[in-house]
Amino acid sequence: MTLAEKIIARAAGRDRVTPGEVVTCAVDLAMIHDSGGPRRVKPILERLGVGVWNPDRVVVATDHFVPVFDAQTRQIQNLTREWVKAQAIRAYYEEQGICHVVTPERGHLKPGLFAVGGDSHSPTGGAFGAYMFGVGSTEMAGVLATGEIWIKVPETILIEWSGAFGPGVMAKDVMLFLCGRMGMDGGRYQAVQYAGSAIGALAMPERMTLANMTAELGGQTGLIAADDVTGDWLMRHGAQGVEIDPWRFDPTAPAHERHRFDAATLAPQIAAPHSPANAAAVGEFAAVTPHVAYIGACTGAKLDDLRAAAAVIGDRPLAKGVELLVAPASVRETERAQDEGVMAVFERAGARILPSACGICAGYGDERLAAGTVCISSTARNFKGRMGDATSQVYLGSPLSVAAAAVAGRIIDPREVMA
Amino acid sequence: MRGGRVWLFGDDIDTDALAPGAYIKQPIEVLARHCLETVDPDFAAHVAAGDVLIAGRNFGMGSSREQAAEALKVLGIAAVLAESFAGIFYRNALNLGLPALVLPKDQRAGIGAHDRVTLDPATGRVKLAQGTERQAEPVPAGLLPMLAAGGLVPHLENRLKGASA
Ligand code: SF4
Repeated sequence: MTLAEKIIARAAGRDRVTPGEVVTCAVDLAMIHDSGGPRRVKPILERLGVGVWNPDRVVVATDHFVPVFDAQTRQIQNLTREWVKAQAIRAYYEEQGICHVVTPERGHLKPGLFAVGGDSHSPTGGAFGAYMFGVGSTEMAGVLATGEIWIKVPETILIEWSGAFGPGVMAKDVMLFLCGRMGMDGGRYQAVQYAGSAIGALAMPERMTLANMTAELGGQTGLIAADDVTGDWLMRHGAQGVEIDPWRFDPTAPAHERHRFDAATLAPQIAAPHSPANAAAVGEFAAVTPHVAYIGACTGAKLDDLRAAAAVIGDRPLAKGVELLVAPASVRETERAQDEGVMAVFERAGARILPSACGICAGYGDERLAAGTVCISSTARNFKGRMGDATSQVYLGSPLSVAAAAVAGRIIDPREVMA
Repeated sequence: MRGGRVWLFGDDIDTDALAPGAYIKQPIEVLARHCLETVDPDFAAHVAAGDVLIAGRNFGMGSSREQAAEALKVLGIAAVLAESFAGIFYRNALNLGLPALVLPKDQRAGIGAHDRVTLDPATGRVKLAQGTERQAEPVPAGLLPMLAAGGLVPHLENRLKGASA
């Protein structure tokens, strides 16, 4: 069986499952945030007359309406806090960072887990060898009420990267390339699995970016089989009861669709407005001069992303006319970046540091891109009007490419700046 | 049978277009007035109860925000027919009691904007005003009881009541 089938079979209490069949699974972990979470599931659970099925299997993080900026957002956070308390949920992370980063960082994920998240980027959990996928609030309320969810057993789409990625190439580039190559529905709502020597060489935060942006590929989840890198990371982050061996990559498992790429040939990628699938090599965008460079989001502002961006900036000043905004993905990552002197690099360059939250990526707050703004962003999506006015133009790139553009004043191959 | 006028959209209609982030904290009735405004500014103001939305590939891609489906329902859309759906949107739509049916490209031919159609979600049969028919893939039989109940919440309500009775 593929990794996806093994996890689903376990959660469904079956010896084996076959792609296409519909099974009901017991949910090991349900993660929700302040936007799709309590404010929307509370009325449904009240209507059903039930509470959460198991408070120890629920993680709540506030990140979308953070920080509060008006009466409505304040009310949403108050409701969230009170509901969590009333339901006796202990894993509550208030303004600690983006849910997809906070949840593994606090030791809630491990290989073999069957998990759902109330957010489309929940496939991030797949980086840890967990089968994790996003659902809407009504479906989440159903999970919270019953502890179960139905799933159509997916096919596995295996994407293998052999060799090694060159310097200046990050997981973000891999995903933009795949979006361009396979399209926003190339994942067909199946299980996408990443493998090969180049993937095995990636650190966990980079693997998280791959799994995260499986949402942009239209996969249900994005999996990376567990290995020693997974085990080490989880141990350092306090995950309990971690088993690696049952969830390692099995080269004999039959994939239903297979793609093979040579990592050495991949150049840094940029996706033009208004789709991650409008991707091409960075060299094709030399005429673009951004006003805003945004380093943020679950997919682009983890510690490794911040380190990479800071290394490019070094002691260079920002280019004239470019504003650099940095919203680290979690409070813990920010602290570590401070200790390492990474945040000082951004500050010295004149960047504005934003709270560790979804911020402009979600476009839910009071700070949004103004009309006509050209932005280069380390986020996952550049849909029209998402980050601000419908006339703003968002180019997606790796944190390296965003930092390079911030100091060069135009989109430029980060390898030129790093040289 | 349900029916009304047809609203036509293209491929890759995303959830930021369906449920714009700037209005996401507002009540759904307010949010719905901005549904699809970046794609077709006339849509939300002129759509009527019973109308049908017909789109291309990967309808509803992006966020898990179910307001994307809820807004269409609040505006009176009777069903969404698309060549394919993004997975989360598809589940959200059915969970909210909004029929979502796959309409293959060849079956979409000849259907124009604002044409009158009627359809039956259980069989997938689409009738055009001039009398011709098109065939959409019916909603999977296993999900019909939930759709008939009006979505996951009333369906669960029935189930929980049934269990305690
Ligand atoms: S940072 Fe952006 S992509 Fe990540 S959860 Fe928040 S809104 Fe979604």
